[in-house]
Formats: sequence, structure tokens, C-alpha cells
Amino acid sequence: MSDEKTQPIDPGQGDEPTVPVSSAPADTAAAGAPEPGDTGSDERPEPAAGASDDAVNDAPNDAPDGTAKRRLSGAGAVIGLLLVLLGFTLAVQLKSNSADEGYQSLREEDLYVILADLDSRAARLRQDIAELEANKRELASGASSREQILKEAQERADDLGILAGTLKAQGSGITLTFSDGAEPITAEHLVNAIQELRGAGAEAIQVDGTGGSVRVIASTHFVDAGGGGIEVDGVRLTGPYTVTAIGPEDLDKAMEFRGGVVDDVRGDGGNVIVSDPHPVDITTVRGTPNLEYAKPVS
Amino acid sequence: MIAVLALIAGVVLGVVLNPTVPDALQPYLPIAVVAALDAVFGGLRAKLDGIFDDKQFVISFISNVLVAAFIVYLGDKLGVGGQLSIGVVVVLGVRIFGNVAAIRRRLFKA
Repeated sequence: MSDEKTQPIDPGQGDEPTVPVSSAPADTAAAGAPEPGDTGSDERPEPAAGASDDAVNDAPNDAPDGTAKRRLSGAGAVIGLLLVLLGFTLAVQLKSNSADEGYQSLREEDLYVILADLDSRAARLRQDIAELEANKRELASGASSREQILKEAQERADDLGILAGTLKAQGSGITLTFSDGAEPITAEHLVNAIQELRGAGAEAIQVDGTGGSVRVIASTHFVDAGGGGIEVDGVRLTGPYTVTAIGPEDLDKAMEFRGGVVDDVRGDGGNVIVSDPHPVDITTVRGTPNLEYAKPVS
Repeated sequence: MIAVLALIAGVVLGVVLNPTVPDALQPYLPIAVVAALDAVFGGLRAKLDGIFDDKQFVISFISNVLVAAFIVYLGDKLGVGGQLSIGVVVVLGVRIFGNVAAIRRRLFKA
């Protein structure tokens, strides 16, 4: 006791330090850890507390000894495995995150905004589609109406060509054959006949005679030629004359009524034969009229 | 050394195999990765302090990951998944910063 009492005074300075010295590093380690460890509180204190005894043993052993290496191989394998796993998931996560364009990480409000944007864009595009389709329809119908117009214009040109005598014509019609009887056929007879035919609705008329063939048009004129025959538009024809006309079915009736063409000619001593309606061709044409003075009013 | 090699091997594996994350794991994987990073930095710091312990590291690593994933899972179930995962990330981020600061002090004395 006295020894103990006496000794502690001297070695008390030496002993007490020695005992605490062994625990002091643990304390300082434990105390040193919390200082930065207040942030890593969970992680740190446990290793500090649990590892303090290990660390004291390990820390020196770790570096130089082969025994530590053998010990490492077991736990080290697990650690390695965990780290492999960590690296693996890290890479996968980084990759998948960069792949999905970040929509996942956006907040709800942002997503609403994006959705609204997309909605309005879709609406705009739908409107565009509707407009373009309307355009397309318009153009298509425009093309078809263009075709229609062209067709109508062609028909009109054909009609006018037949009326003006620039086109050949065919259709149901009659032929009137005039021949001199007791008296010769005169221009008046032909003019009457043409007028009757027109009155009855004839659309194309042609006069044939010996010496030529003349298409009858609006300006056609008939003149009795001196010395027999009739001059039609400057072409001298002699009998018998054949007038071919395309028109309604009752053209022949129109020629034969009392006081009509047939009566008139026969009364004057000529002969006329009216054919039954049959398909006829009008083959004589005129050149395109070249109007010098009259201009269309536009 | 082994740890660094293992980490690199893992990254290479992940890049080479290029698997897609299953939808079920989608929300948990990032948190788990952050938790694991926290454990790794803690371990690194312990190593530098000379108090590294294998068992400690393995257990803290696994439990960190599991707890983080569990918290996010719970948050999802409670309807506060987004906020809770933010909370977890903040906590883990603060710890990582603390550990890194400690490592820095030890390495650069500053």
C-alpha cells in the first residue's frame, strides 16, 4: 500500500500516462472523428468506436504483414464485390439517366408546361393539316374544273366551228335535190330553202352542184348567174343542186308543208326531191374567218 | 488498390453490358448509389485515419443502401417519395461532403 502509494507519486506521472496513452489514441481518434464526424455522424462514430480496438491492431498490421493480407482476402473479396456492384450500378444509372432525356427528373409543373406546349403544338399541327388538306382539295377541284372549263371551251369552239363552217359535221339530216323542170331553179328557190331549213332548226348546211360545193354560213349569198346556174359565195354552180342539212328529225316535214319549199319550187316549175332523214356528212369547210373590224366586247 | 480496381471493373462492366434498369428499381437505384458512395467515402476516410474495418465497411455499405432504398420505398407508399428521396439525398450529400472534407484535411492538411 505504502509502496503503491509512494510509487504512484513517481511513476504516477509515468504510469498514469502509460495507461491513458493506450486509450488516448482511441479517445483522440474517437474525439477527432466526431469533429469532422459531426457531419458523417452515423458512419464515423461506429468505426471510431468499433474499429478503435481493431484499428489499433490493424493499422500497424495492415501495411507490412502478410497475415493481414490473408485476412483481407476474405473481407476484401466482399468489399471488392460491393465496389464492383457500385461501379456497375453507377455506370448503368448514369447511362439510363442520360438516355431518358431527363423527363423523369423534371418537376410536375414543368411537365405540365411541356405537356401544354405539346398539346398546343399538336393543335397547331392539326390545324395545319386541315388547312393543307383544304388547299389540296381546292387545287384538285381546281384542276378538275380547269379540265371542265377546257372541255366546255372545246365544245363551244366545236359548235362555233360548225356554225362558222370551219369544221366538218355529221349527224341526222336530209338532202334536198333540186333540178330544173319546165323552169330553171333560181337563187330565190335556194334562198327560200335555206331559210326554211334554218327556220326548222338546221345547224349545218351545204350546197352541192355541178361545179362545186359550198358550205352555207351566215354570210352566204346566192346570185343568179348570167347564162344559167347560180353563184353561191362566188362559186358558180349548175343544176342539179343538192342541199344537205343536219337538223331535227322533222326537217323533211318542214320542207313539205303547204306553201313551203316543195310547193314553191314545184309551183314555179322546178323539181325537188326531199329525202327521208338519214345520217349525213357535211364535208365542205371554210377557212377561218379573219375579222378586221369587229372586236369582241370584253 | 483492390477497391479502386474493383470500382473501375464495375464501371467497365456496366458500360460494356449496358443493361437497362428495370422499372421497379428505377426510383431506388440513384438513392442506393448515393448511399453506397457515402459508405465508400466513409470507408476511405476511415482508411486514412487508420481505423478502417472490413466488417464495419461491408455492413455499413449494405445497410446504407438498404435503408436508403427502404426510405424511398416507404416515401413512395406514403405519397411523399419525391420529398423523401430529396431528404435522403441531402443527408447523404452532407455526409459525403463531411467525409471528403475530412479526407482533404488529412491529405492536404488544409
